[in-house]
Amino acid sequence: MTQTLTDNDALLIDGVALGSRLIMGTGGAPSLEGLEAALVASGTELTTVAMRRYAVHGEGNTAGANLFDLLVQNRIRVLPNTAGCFTAREALMTAELGREALETDWVKLEVIADEHTLLPDAVELVEATESLVNRGFKVFAYTNDDPVLALRLEQLGAAVVMPLGAPIGTGLGILNPHNIELIVSRASVPIILDAGIGTASDAALAMELGCDGVLLASAVTRAQDPVRMATAFRHAVIGGRLAAQAGRIPMRTHALASSAMEGRADF
Amino acid sequence: MSCTVPDPICSDVAVIGGGIIGLSIALEAQRAGHSITLIDPEPATGATFAAAGMLAPISELHYQEEQLLALTLASAARWPEFAARITAETGMDIGFRATPTLMLGADAADRIALEDLQQARLRLGLEATRISIREARTMEPLLAPHISSAHLLTLDHQVDPRLAAAAIQKQLLAVGAEREGRGADEVLIRARARELLHQDPTDTASPVIGVVLDDGREIRAPEVVVANGLGALELGGLPHHLVLPLRPVHGDILRLRVPEHLRPLTTATVRGVVRGLPVYVVPRNDHTVVIGATSREDTNAGASAGGVHQLLRDAQVLLPAVLELELCEVTARARPGTPDNAPLLGRVEAANGTVIPGLLIATGFFRHGVLLAPIAARIITELLAGVRDPAFDHFRPDRFSPARQHQESA
Repeated sequence: MTQTLTDNDALLIDGVALGSRLIMGTGGAPSLEGLEAALVASGTELTTVAMRRYAVHGEGNTAGANLFDLLVQNRIRVLPNTAGCFTAREALMTAELGREALETDWVKLEVIADEHTLLPDAVELVEATESLVNRGFKVFAYTNDDPVLALRLEQLGAAVVMPLGAPIGTGLGILNPHNIELIVSRASVPIILDAGIGTASDAALAMELGCDGVLLASAVTRAQDPVRMATAFRHAVIGGRLAAQAGRIPMRTHALASSAMEGRADF
Repeated sequence: MSCTVPDPICSDVAVIGGGIIGLSIALEAQRAGHSITLIDPEPATGATFAAAGMLAPISELHYQEEQLLALTLASAARWPEFAARITAETGMDIGFRATPTLMLGADAADRIALEDLQQARLRLGLEATRISIREARTMEPLLAPHISSAHLLTLDHQVDPRLAAAAIQKQLLAVGAEREGRGADEVLIRARARELLHQDPTDTASPVIGVVLDDGREIRAPEVVVANGLGALELGGLPHHLVLPLRPVHGDILRLRVPEHLRPLTTATVRGVVRGLPVYVVPRNDHTVVIGATSREDTNAGASAGGVHQLLRDAQVLLPAVLELELCEVTARARPGTPDNAPLLGRVEAANGTVIPGLLIATGFFRHGVLLAPIAARIITELLAGVRDPAFDHFRPDRFSPARQHQESA
């Protein structure tokens, strides 16, 4: 039943239809084999990899030895990212590295302000987005949950805008649901909630708020049982998406019996 | 000895790779009466040179790695006697210390993560005790007052891998000379192994009968052990169907000298999780400490400035006096990583299911080379004697090879 309801509901990005609205990251996995099992369980079709942290090319008779081999074997599209960059200049160089090594124009743009918060640096982010769009990249812009900045990034040509729920790795969930809703309501590009997700209900909430997808890594890779948690997220994203489309009831102050009086026998 | 021809060089067992694994295998095989040829251009200069030498299966427990835990526990149990025997044979102290390990959390989230792990340890019956921060600081007064949690692991010890490697090498050469009358340059061949020599040169699944060196020389041996870590990726003549999924996982590690007025900085090994990142401080007998280690899968084989920064930043959260030490050495080496974090250890089956004679694999020890050296040496030596313990089948080196995976799914 779930399958039928979501079959014609692909996430369209740059002409590519993604069957899963769950985008995975790879950081923090305790083993390559465990990561692979979790990615498969999540059902993800797009996974982001830090270009600064992983060597693209393996050597010798090592099929499956390296993270990129693993993604190719499982037919998961790679979204290179610029994690670890603090300036627009670094992000540009890292994005070019990813485009050359992986032959994709897609890039998840992260420009981090400081090590302590890992929050995006808005000024550098705007500059990097503009430059990357001008160089022909399809930019997935990781940004603060700021509706003004989100719209600005879209206007500069970002293909996808990715507001954070909470700082990276905190697992605090969605700290400002109102802002996320506002960002979604004004956007005409896909909005993907990125960062801060701690558990399945956070992802469901993101989808209920109208996000087009959810990106997460630590919540799965650092869980005690990553495969089980990945499965939970696969269901949560589908559940949240269906709920968002189904039309929820208004919140009321006073009770309203679910069995109404209409249609009852009149004595 | 299996061969009496003077040229090429002959022995019962040829071991490719003179890291702690190859050395330990050679030592154990020599004790079992085999003559040994160890092949390495620069023994003990790879991951062994960097390793801190923690013998710490309990503090290194990770969720869902119970098979590996069984192997690390078995090896840790062997270390006291393994170390004592090396010291008795060579008269060299190899820095084995049966001191405990303290596992510390830095912030509130680290405390929760470590408490979760503690529950997993208790479920597995491992010896670990939560102690108060006051108790931890009574043991180690230089610990930071503001740490968030402490666990005492009395069975996680340490050894100095550089001293251990030097002692084992000395013993191999001494026995080679005394028992077999072979010169040092016959027991330890300081050259790179280029390829395996097969009985049928056209068939990599045929019996292995020796090793060809880079300089063209041949080593003949009825048993060859491939124990050269990531070097196995460049070794020719491995069976075509054998996939050894090794990848370099670079690590930065520091060595610092403790000034007299701060001694001892710590007597226990101090490990911690600092804002989600692991760090350790291992005290040595010579008043140095080892601080490690990062895990990088980038392309930078050299030491990383960011790695050094991270290690010092996190270590001083646990032991603020770390910033007063003299920084003596920054080392970076690659660990031979595998997809399941477990070693590739044992004999190899050909595609038709028969064991390939003469070939043994012992690589992919990743983070646990020093810890696993005694058990690896024991397993390989038993295989040389024709004894295969099915308990270790989980680690067989062909478990990632297509033929093997096909068999398992069938």
